[in-house]
Amino acid sequence: MLKIVKKTEATIKQKIAINIVGIFAALTAAALFLALSGFNPLQVYISMVEGALGSSYRISQTVIQAVPLIILSLGIAIAFRMKFWNIGAEGQILMGGFLGSYFAYNFSQLPKPALLLLMLAAGAVGGAVWALIPAWLKVKFHANESITTLMLNYVALKWIEYLSAGPWKDPAAFGYPRMPRFTENAILPNVFGVHIGWIIALVLVVVVYLFLNNTKKGFEIAILGESENTARYAGISIGKTVLLAVCLSGALCGLTGIIQASAVNNEMSSALANGIGYTAIITTWLSGLSAPVIVLVCGLFAILTQGASYIQTAFGIPSAAASVLQALILFFVLGSDFFTKYKFVWQKSEHQTKEGK
Amino acid sequence: MDQVAYISMKNIVKTFGKVVASNHVNFSVHKGEIHALLGENGAGKSTLMNMLSGIYLPDGGSIFIEGKEVHFSAPKDSIAAGIGMVHQHFKLIDVMTAEENVILGKKGLFFRKGESRKIDALAKQFELDVDLHKKVSDMSVGEKQNLEILKVLYQGARILILDEPTAVLTPQETRKLFAIMRKMKAEGCAVIFISHKMNEVMEITDKITVLRKGETIQTLNTAETTPKQLTDLMVGRAVDLTIERLEQPAGPELVQVQGLTVLKREGTPALQNVSFAMRGGEILSVAGIAGSGQKELCEALAGLQKVKEGKILFQGEDLVGQSPKEIRRRGISMSFVPEDRLGMGLVGGMDMVHNLLLKQYQDQKGFFLNKKPAVEKAAEIKEKLEIATPGISKYPVKNLSGGNIQKILLGRELDSDPEVLITAYPVRGLDINTCHKIYDLLNEEKKKGVAVLFIAEDLDVLLALSDRILVLANGEVTGIVDARTATKEQIGLMMMGQKATELEGTAVVENC
Ligand SMILES: Nc1ncnc2c1ncn2[C@@H]1O[C@H](COP(=O)(O)OP(=O)(O)OP(=O)(O)O)[C@@H](O)[C@H]1O
Ligand SMILES: [Mg+2]
Repeated sequence: MLKIVKKTEATIKQKIAINIVGIFAALTAAALFLALSGFNPLQVYISMVEGALGSSYRISQTVIQAVPLIILSLGIAIAFRMKFWNIGAEGQILMGGFLGSYFAYNFSQLPKPALLLLMLAAGAVGGAVWALIPAWLKVKFHANESITTLMLNYVALKWIEYLSAGPWKDPAAFGYPRMPRFTENAILPNVFGVHIGWIIALVLVVVVYLFLNNTKKGFEIAILGESENTARYAGISIGKTVLLAVCLSGALCGLTGIIQASAVNNEMSSALANGIGYTAIITTWLSGLSAPVIVLVCGLFAILTQGASYIQTAFGIPSAAASVLQALILFFVLGSDFFTKYKFVWQKSEHQTKEGK
Repeated sequence: MDQVAYISMKNIVKTFGKVVASNHVNFSVHKGEIHALLGENGAGKSTLMNMLSGIYLPDGGSIFIEGKEVHFSAPKDSIAAGIGMVHQHFKLIDVMTAEENVILGKKGLFFRKGESRKIDALAKQFELDVDLHKKVSDMSVGEKQNLEILKVLYQGARILILDEPTAVLTPQETRKLFAIMRKMKAEGCAVIFISHKMNEVMEITDKITVLRKGETIQTLNTAETTPKQLTDLMVGRAVDLTIERLEQPAGPELVQVQGLTVLKREGTPALQNVSFAMRGGEILSVAGIAGSGQKELCEALAGLQKVKEGKILFQGEDLVGQSPKEIRRRGISMSFVPEDRLGMGLVGGMDMVHNLLLKQYQDQKGFFLNKKPAVEKAAEIKEKLEIATPGISKYPVKNLSGGNIQKILLGRELDSDPEVLITAYPVRGLDINTCHKIYDLLNEEKKKGVAVLFIAEDLDVLLALSDRILVLANGEVTGIVDARTATKEQIGLMMMGQKATELEGTAVVENC
């Protein structure tokens, strides 16, 4: 008889091994699906890797996919450490993009470095302020943050849609509801073929890692995440700590917003976030809230996304099928999490029990 | 014994990483027997019982029920075999009634008619005092315990495992529990009883199995042994179990509490007009029925509780309304060992080093956390208090046994050289040997001139260890008496609400 048994906590090595097995299982399952759809799975996989990493251009495209995921995941991880379930990255991206673009549109006469710094700072502030609303509601009225952060995503989206249809509408767009393109000096420069966001992301990985593990504030956030009573006992000011952590979380999401608007889209638009704020929740969770692991997970995610979009054109695989492929992989990797907590055991059934001595 | 053992566990092995929690343990229980499992903290009692109830899977060895080998891989297998375990931390659903909780424990989706009558009959049969329509959130600890027992009996348990059931019970509730246990014995069930309280074990059990460091040492008949022999077996060497009061003149008054009134969340008073003084070099104990305001008193002193009225003067300075941080910033060194160790005193998911950092980091300068002093401290405290842990870093403290968790908390709190030490039930759930180590630690602090507030439930210990005893009843002080002259009976009456001044022959040391 096969039974499921809870096991004692897996070691790091076991966890990694289980995840690797999960990825292989996913590839096998997806291969089956591809074969049934009449494709050669091996060829598809090879082209996926080629599509994501096959040339320096493709690599740069993959990195561009990874950068926002990394910064967002870092931000979300700070809040999640405190068990503050910030699922409002989507809205914080939009509001960061909004405040950053305000400067891009209105201060384009400034010298490029000054303007860019101003935009990045404003982006962070925009996201931070947007995140502070649910944080304040939580501190003051114990409002459930997973609901308030989610609701504010829609508010942000409607606000940007309103701007693009009205006050910020590009007069040169023939009545089309879109915002103007950024001027040249409002666009982030490239470094080694990819916009400078990748450097920002890597610096932030180190900074967030140090912040969470080696600073007093980071320690307070972790304590608060474990037990509010212990935090009170230790003399931690709970309200202040919540506001600070969520403010940082929102700032990173807002920063992502303005980086994407400036470097990738070269304009502000209501499609700026387009679900990436939700994808980042998955990557954050998969990486176990650890900054270095975030880089790894987001990198793999970007490869997957980029590879999937490549095979669409290369093999004429419909985009729905590519999504199935992604979903399968995700399903198996998330599912393998189960095996870090439980195991199967073979056992003789009751009828076969032997007599005791 | 001629008859086949009801349950027998043979050569059981269980390891957690490097820790061997059970090392070829042998253990048998017969029908109609109350059998105690005795051992120091971390001896492997809970682990052994968790294997019997299907929570953990043994790494080796066999379990037999009435001579037949069984394999449990989940609690439901063990329940099906007639084993029911009541854990120290109850697993009840607060918002549901007693009856709903009982039915939930049973397999099957639908509410069956006639179950209510069955449950009621069962409660009557075992004389379990449970109001089936009461919500769990409105129940006392004793009632919850009865409900847990009813739940496992309803699941058909014939073997009842009680893991430290009396640790949180009042003496009256313990009496009732014992009556239920005797009833079960009379019905031919078997009861396995884990407790660190020697007098309870001597009173209620027929047999005792002593475990030490994961190994079975001996199974004895209760009638043929003594607490002293048992303790020696548990520890592995002769131990001294006398509690000594350190006789020394009391120092100056360090803390004065005047007219302290604290409200519960519902607005009813938890403490009413409480006044007393704490002197340096003295142990002041607080006695009282559970929930008489002890928790609120400690938390008010530590700055964690809102005070409605009154003053807490520390060398003349009023601390009311100050947060723990502000109290510390004023250079007042106060240590507080709260009742809820993992929920308040420590961070269960963090290792020992980080738990020590909890008290240190605020005094560090700058933005960064300096872990080095905590690493050194952790090694030092581990050595000094003989804390059994696989490692000071990377091992969450919540996985340690109860005694070791408490030692970490005490070690940290005593390390800051406090002037005032507040300890709430510091020995709850600890084995006798560790209890005595903690009494020694408290005496050491007293000797250094620290003002110690000691809250505990065992009156014998209070009388033997402390200088003065403050008795709380319903949030009011019924008297402060000299521990040298007071008797258990007097204190018992005061706990029920009689004022010391109304009792004959009581030496009242301080009026309030
Ligand atoms: N889940 C676990 N992971 C790691 N170690 C564990 C786990 N459970 C128990 N241990 C270790 O196994 C040993 C035995 O623990 P156990 O809880 O059985 O002791 P105990 O006799 O019940 O002690 P106490 O009287 O303090 O409750 C201890 O050293 C403990 O730290
Ligand atoms: Mg135990």
